[in-house]
Amino acid sequence: MDDKDTMIHFPILRWGEPYKSLEVDKVYHHATGELMAEVSQANAGLIERDMRQAKRAREVLREIPCKELLAMCRKAGDLFMTATLPAGDGTQTPDEFVRCQSATTGLPEHMSRMNMTKLHYVLSNLEAILSSLTRGLDFEILTRGYGMENGVMRSYQANTPVLGMVLPSNSPGVHGLWLPIIPLQIGLVLKPGPQEPWTPWRMAQAFFQAGVPKQAIAIYPGAAEVGAAVLAHCPRTLIFGSTATVERYHGNPNVQVHGPGFSKILLGDDEVDQWEKHLDLMATSIAINSGRGCINCSGVWASRHTKEIAEALAKRLGPIAPLPPSDPKAALAAFTVKGQAEGIDKDIEAALKEPGVEEVTAKYRGGERLVKMERCDYVRPTIIHCESPDTAAAKKEYMFPFATVVKCPQDQMLAKIGPTLVASAITKDEKFRRALLDARNIDRLNVGAIPTVQLNWLQPHEGSIVDFLYRARAFQEPAAAAGTR
Amino acid sequence: MTNNAPASPDAVCKAAEQLDAHVRETIQWHFSPETGAPFWLDWAKKAGWDPRKEIKGFADLVRFGHFEDEWLRGGPVRRWVPKGLAQKPVFVFETGGTTGIPKSRIVIDDFRIDYEMLSETLPDSHFPKGANWLMLGPSGPRRLRLAVEHLCQHRGGVCFCLDLDPRWVIKVIKRGAMAELKLYQEHVIDQAMTILSAGHDIKCMFVTPKLLDALANRLESGGSSIRKAGITGVFCGGTEMTTQWARFAVEELLGPEVYLAACYGNTLMGLARARTLEAKEGYKILYHAPQPRAVIQLADLNDPEKLVTEVGKTGRVMLTTLTKEFFVPRFFERDEAELEPPCVQFPWNGVSGVRPFREFAATTTVGVY
Repeated sequence: MDDKDTMIHFPILRWGEPYKSLEVDKVYHHATGELMAEVSQANAGLIERDMRQAKRAREVLREIPCKELLAMCRKAGDLFMTATLPAGDGTQTPDEFVRCQSATTGLPEHMSRMNMTKLHYVLSNLEAILSSLTRGLDFEILTRGYGMENGVMRSYQANTPVLGMVLPSNSPGVHGLWLPIIPLQIGLVLKPGPQEPWTPWRMAQAFFQAGVPKQAIAIYPGAAEVGAAVLAHCPRTLIFGSTATVERYHGNPNVQVHGPGFSKILLGDDEVDQWEKHLDLMATSIAINSGRGCINCSGVWASRHTKEIAEALAKRLGPIAPLPPSDPKAALAAFTVKGQAEGIDKDIEAALKEPGVEEVTAKYRGGERLVKMERCDYVRPTIIHCESPDTAAAKKEYMFPFATVVKCPQDQMLAKIGPTLVASAITKDEKFRRALLDARNIDRLNVGAIPTVQLNWLQPHEGSIVDFLYRARAFQEPAAAAGTR
Repeated sequence: MTNNAPASPDAVCKAAEQLDAHVRETIQWHFSPETGAPFWLDWAKKAGWDPRKEIKGFADLVRFGHFEDEWLRGGPVRRWVPKGLAQKPVFVFETGGTTGIPKSRIVIDDFRIDYEMLSETLPDSHFPKGANWLMLGPSGPRRLRLAVEHLCQHRGGVCFCLDLDPRWVIKVIKRGAMAELKLYQEHVIDQAMTILSAGHDIKCMFVTPKLLDALANRLESGGSSIRKAGITGVFCGGTEMTTQWARFAVEELLGPEVYLAACYGNTLMGLARARTLEAKEGYKILYHAPQPRAVIQLADLNDPEKLVTEVGKTGRVMLTTLTKEFFVPRFFERDEAELEPPCVQFPWNGVSGVRPFREFAATTTVGVY
C-alpha cells in the first residue's frame, strides 16, 4: 500500500455521496511509518450546509419498517465481519481491515479482531438490544409517532433527524454504541477519529450493501473545527473526550459525552479476605483491550489487604512488554500520537511524589515504564498502591493497563470513588448492596464477581440511547379518527 | 502570456534591484536623525553601527536580526512615529488584546496605499466602481475595518459596517461557551442581513471565511443566496483560508457569477495580493507581497536562520515591511507556507498554503470570524 496508485483514499461521504477534498490527512503505520491511507478533510461549512438535508436522512429511513432495518443491520454485521467491502476508492478484505486498523491505531491485530466480533455481536442482536432498551415497545410506534400498547396510547417524538458523533481513535469497540441508531430510523453523521477512519467507513459500506439508503449516512473526517461543526449543527450529538470535554458539556441535554470511565472494582469487607479468588477478574478488568476502554478498571478499592492485592496484580501484569502488533500474544497497544505516552509517564512520576503513593510494578517490569520506539511509544502496565483515597493518584486513569489499589474503609468508599462508569462490587453485604444501588455516581453496577469489562448490551450505557433520541409525550385523537387508521 | 506565467530572469533581476534601491532609501529615512522614528534611532545608537552606511541592499537586513513584536506592546506610541511625518495625523491599529496589553502599530497612510494597490487587482466586472460595500469583519481598533472602508471609498462606493468584537469572541471560546458563541455569530449575521435588506444596493463585500459560510446559509435558508442578495464580488481574508474552503465557497456558496478575491495580510506587513483563484489550478491560494513595500520570505522549519529557496518547500513566514511609516525587519509570523516561484504579474517569490505555524497551531484560537 506504499504505492501512491494503490493507496486507499477515503473521501468525505455527503449523505452517501463521495466527495474528494482538496485537503487530505495522511495516516501512517505506527511501527513502520508506511503510508496507510489518505483521508479527505472536510471544512466546517460543508457540514453546516449538508445538515440542511438532515431531515431527509430520517425520511428515507422511515420509509423502511424497523423490522426490515433490523434485518439489514444483521446482514450488515455479517458483511462487516466477512465480506470484501469498498474502502475509499479500493476494496478491503476483513483481514486487510484488521491489519490497517492495527497499523494506524497501535492496537494489536488480535484486539482489532476481538472488537470486530463485538460489533458483529451487537448488529446480530440489535432486535433484542432495542427491545430491551425500549422495554418491548412496538417499533411501529416509533415510526408512526404514536400507537396503542396494552390499551394505553403511547407517543414518541424523535428529538433529531440525525445523531452526530465525534468518534475517538483509541478503541474501536466504542463503535458499538452507535450501531442501534439506524433501526431507530435516525440518520448518522460521523466524524471519525484521525487514526481510525477504518471502522466508520467499513460499517457504512456494510450498511449500504445491506440495503440501508445512502442518504441516511454522512462521514466527515477533519480537524477539530469539523467536530465543533458536528456539535453545532446536529440537534443531538454523542462525543468522546477527556474529563475537560465531559465538564464542558455537563448539563447540556443535546450532547451525550463519553469520557474516561474511571471504572472500579470495589471489594466489600465481607469478601476482601478472599481477594486471591478474584485476582483473574481484577487483572482482566485492568488489562484487556490494552486498558484502552472506558470500561477497563482503573481502581481497585478495599479496606484491607490492599498492599497484597497491588503486589499480586503487579506480579501478574508488570512483566507484560510490547510485542509486534501481529503477535497473537501482544497485550499492549502502541501510542501513535507523538508525546502522548511521554506525557502520561511524566504525569505518573509526578503523582508518585505524593506521600502514601507507591508504584508496585517497577520491580517486576525489568525496564522502564516508558518504551520509546522510532515512530511510536508504549507504556508498560503500572499498578500503584494508594494508602488513602484522598491522594490525587487514587483518581487517575490512563489509556493503558493502569490501576491504583486504594485503601479505603467500606463506609467511605461510595463518597470517595467519584464518578464511576462501571463499578463491580464484590460483596454479599445487603447494607452495602443497598448503598451501591442508591449511589448516583455509579452508572453501570455489577454486584458480584463480574469483570468491569463484561458488558450486557441489553442494558443502557451512560443513559439509554433511545431516551436520548426520543421523548415520550402525550398524544390524543378522537376515537372516531383513531378507528379509521 | 498570462499574468500567472513564469517571470523572465530579467524581470526577476530588475525587481531585486528595485528592492535593493528601496531598502537603501528606507534605511536612510528611518535612521536619519531628521526623519527617523525615535525607536530606531535609539536602536542604532545601542547597536553601535550606522545602518545608513552599512546596509547596501535587502540581503544586508540580516544584520538587524529579527523584529520582535513584543516591542510593540505598550507606549509611548510616539516612539514609532518617524520625525519626518510627525505633523501628520496618526492612527494606531491593534492586534490581539484579549488579555493584557495589545500590540499596536502606528499608521498614517500605509493602509490607504496598500488597499489602493489592491484595488487595481479587483476586476471592475464584479467589483463595479461606485458600488456600495458591506464590511462583514472585525470592528474596533483594527486596520481591516478602516482599510476596507477606504477601499470601498477609493472605488467610489459607500461602505456599511457592523459591530464585531473578536476579543469577546476569543474569551467566549476560551471558556467553552459554544452556545453563546453561536448566538454571537447569529448577532453578527443579523446585522449583515439587516444591512442587505435595507435597500442600499450593496454589490461587494469583505468577509472572513467563517462569516461567509454563515451568511450564505442564512440567506439560503430564507430562499435567497449571496448572488440573489445582489452581491457580485466577495473579497475574503482575515483568517486562514484553505484551498478546500475556497473551492467550497466558489462551487457551493457563491456560484459562477460571484467573484472571490483572497488576501493575506496583517497590521504589521500590510496586504499580500492573491492570484486569481482557478479551478484548473486546484483553487490554490497563492500570495505575493506588495514588493518593495513589503517582502515575504520563508525560513527553514528546523533552522530559522536558513532561507527556503526551493519552490514547493515549506517554511515559516518571515515578513519585512519597508515603508516610510514603518520599518519591520525580518519578523517571524505565526504562519507557515510553501514557496512559490515569481510570475509575470509579480516577479518575486510568493507563498501558498498559508496556515498556522505547526508549533502554534494547537494554541491558536480562531473565533466566529
